Amino acid sequence: MSETLPLRDLTKAKESSRSEPALVRYIIIALAVTFLTIFVVLPLIVVFTTAFSRGIGAYLAALAGEEALAAIRLTLIVAAISVLLNLVFGIAAAWAISKFEFPGKTFLNTLIDLPFSVSPVISGLVFVLLFGAQGLLGPWLLANDIQIIFAVPGIVLATTFVTFPFVAREMIPLMQDQGTSEEEAALSLGASGLKTFWRVTLPNVKWGLLYGVLLCNARAMGEFGAVSVVSGHIRGETNTMPLLVEILYNEYQFVAAFAIASLLAMLALITLVIKIILEGRLERHHSDH
Amino acid sequence: MTIEVRNIVKRFGDFTALDNVDLKVESGELLALLGPSGSGKTTLLRIIAGLEWPDAGTISFDGEDALARGAGERNVGFVFQHYALFRHMNVFENVAFGLRVQPRSVRMNEAGIKKRVTELLDLVQLGWLANRYPSQLSGGQRQRIALARALAIEPRILLLDEPFGALDAKVRKELRQWLRSLHEEIHVTSIFVTHDQEEALEVANRVVVMDKGRIEQIGTPEEVYDRPQTAFVHSFIGESIVLPVNIEAGRVQLGDKVLDIAPNGATPGPSQLFIRRHDVILQPPGNGDLEGAVRRVRAFGPVQRADIALRTNGNETMIEIDAPRDRELKVGEVIGLKPKRYRIFASGA
Ligand SMILES: Nc1ncnc2c1ncn2[C@@H]1O[C@H](COP(=O)(O)OP(=O)(O)OP(=O)(O)O)[C@@H](O)[C@H]1O
Ligand SMILES: [Mg+2]
Repeated sequence: MSETLPLRDLTKAKESSRSEPALVRYIIIALAVTFLTIFVVLPLIVVFTTAFSRGIGAYLAALAGEEALAAIRLTLIVAAISVLLNLVFGIAAAWAISKFEFPGKTFLNTLIDLPFSVSPVISGLVFVLLFGAQGLLGPWLLANDIQIIFAVPGIVLATTFVTFPFVAREMIPLMQDQGTSEEEAALSLGASGLKTFWRVTLPNVKWGLLYGVLLCNARAMGEFGAVSVVSGHIRGETNTMPLLVEILYNEYQFVAAFAIASLLAMLALITLVIKIILEGRLERHHSDH
Repeated sequence: MTIEVRNIVKRFGDFTALDNVDLKVESGELLALLGPSGSGKTTLLRIIAGLEWPDAGTISFDGEDALARGAGERNVGFVFQHYALFRHMNVFENVAFGLRVQPRSVRMNEAGIKKRVTELLDLVQLGWLANRYPSQLSGGQRQRIALARALAIEPRILLLDEPFGALDAKVRKELRQWLRSLHEEIHVTSIFVTHDQEEALEVANRVVVMDKGRIEQIGTPEEVYDRPQTAFVHSFIGESIVLPVNIEAGRVQLGDKVLDIAPNGATPGPSQLFIRRHDVILQPPGNGDLEGAVRRVRAFGPVQRADIALRTNGNETMIEIDAPRDRELKVGEVIGLKPKRYRIFASGA
């Protein structure tokens, strides 16, 4: 562009480079909107309309049923335990990987992603092969009267495994980015390792941590594949909400199935809202330095 | 508090970052560690602070083994090159940190902490910033807060890693004076790292010149400037004219010309002649002088700086000199240069 071009033309040129043919823009936007409508909005509407198709009374009755309550309770318990475990493991793994040098670090870093790269069904099967009656540890567990597969411990294990990467993956880049100089400053000011962690490392990554926990929780409550393999589908005992939805649906109890599904959908919506808030926080925190 | 560093060796893989470093710092001293990038200054400072561990050697504070203690137990204040302020705490909390993390048995109460932090913020003249966060401070302000934070624990030793490195020239100069007077006020044994020689010579009682993990010379600013012990120190500190000479039969030879200067006990063989730019006397070309034609003259301030093309062995070597302005130099003029002061070091040493 020549330098003598008046400013007015320059701004115009800049505009047009972005807004080339308006038609293309509209087509692309229309495509995106159509896609979102078909794959996201419509299903959500279907879930809620089906759930309420027999009125609010039937909806509430479906949720208050014994099986439904048991499934909700189980899902909450499993998610709570898995999130807690992954919080601890995730922070430990992220801390080790981002703040220390040790042999096998790259390997550990890769290992963290394993649950994401393996099909959840396979993850579930691995636990059956390990802890099932015919499994590696099966006889010993049987002898000691410990039941893992087809029981709550198995569901917790499978869920924890599948959701492991969320916290660690969210924290590692954040912690790496922050380096070790603040920790070193804290140490030289007389803080113990633990105090340094609580007062310096953790506060610096708290928004990222919350973000990881949120995603971890959403996935833990919604996990189907791995849990389905280890659960055994014992009614009122080992059915989580996603499993119950499938069972009810297969029994043509659409209102009940979709009532539970609507809870999961609401969880997703709430997660989304919190996620947006957290992302804003994270961004602000990042641009702080 | 005296610091005694003995035979410290530090390796990173097969790279030797510190090679047998020996250093004694007297109580209340303000010592500068000066050296080019990568010479091991930060590494030495970190080892003294307990943030890094040596592969060999000992460190003692007042005769007491420091390596037996961790960083938190050495009572060393460390000011980091890039401040390392706690970004999620405001200025007050940053300075208060060292007081708050003390064991409960010796910790001050809240009123005591508040009083001490306020004093420190007044000391660094930034009391009005107590509620700001580090991201809302200028570089010079951050640096002073970092210093206040380090002083909060009443350190026996203060270590500063390029405290003014990231600041512009004017602020550096101010903070330099300020650090000097602060040290006179609190008199804590201090080591500060810099690769700015002017800073080192101006602020410190003594200067330690390092290169490639070794200490080249320790001395007062005058000593390292006027009596450099190695070729490295001579060329690193101040501007020098360096000429390749040969010492033969007690005479200094530049090419095929015998210079009218004494070898001052330099060992025979190929050597380097070092002359400070301003240590030459201009005179009409004579027999034993360096001789050359003036190529360019820049006159500003009290001196004129001239490029001279020295004739040696039929070749020309360009050197730069600083001459007083009372004798005006003209481009093209041939002049003689007599070294007023000079030093000779064997080549390769
Ligand atoms: N953690 C480390 N791992 C490997 N090499 C290191 C490490 N820390 C320092 N080094 C090396 O040791 C040498 C000395 O480093 P140091 O940081 O002490 O230099 P410096 O004198 O402080 O330099 P500068 O003026 O650039 O800060 C450098 O060559 C550096 O690459
Ligand atoms: Mg350094």
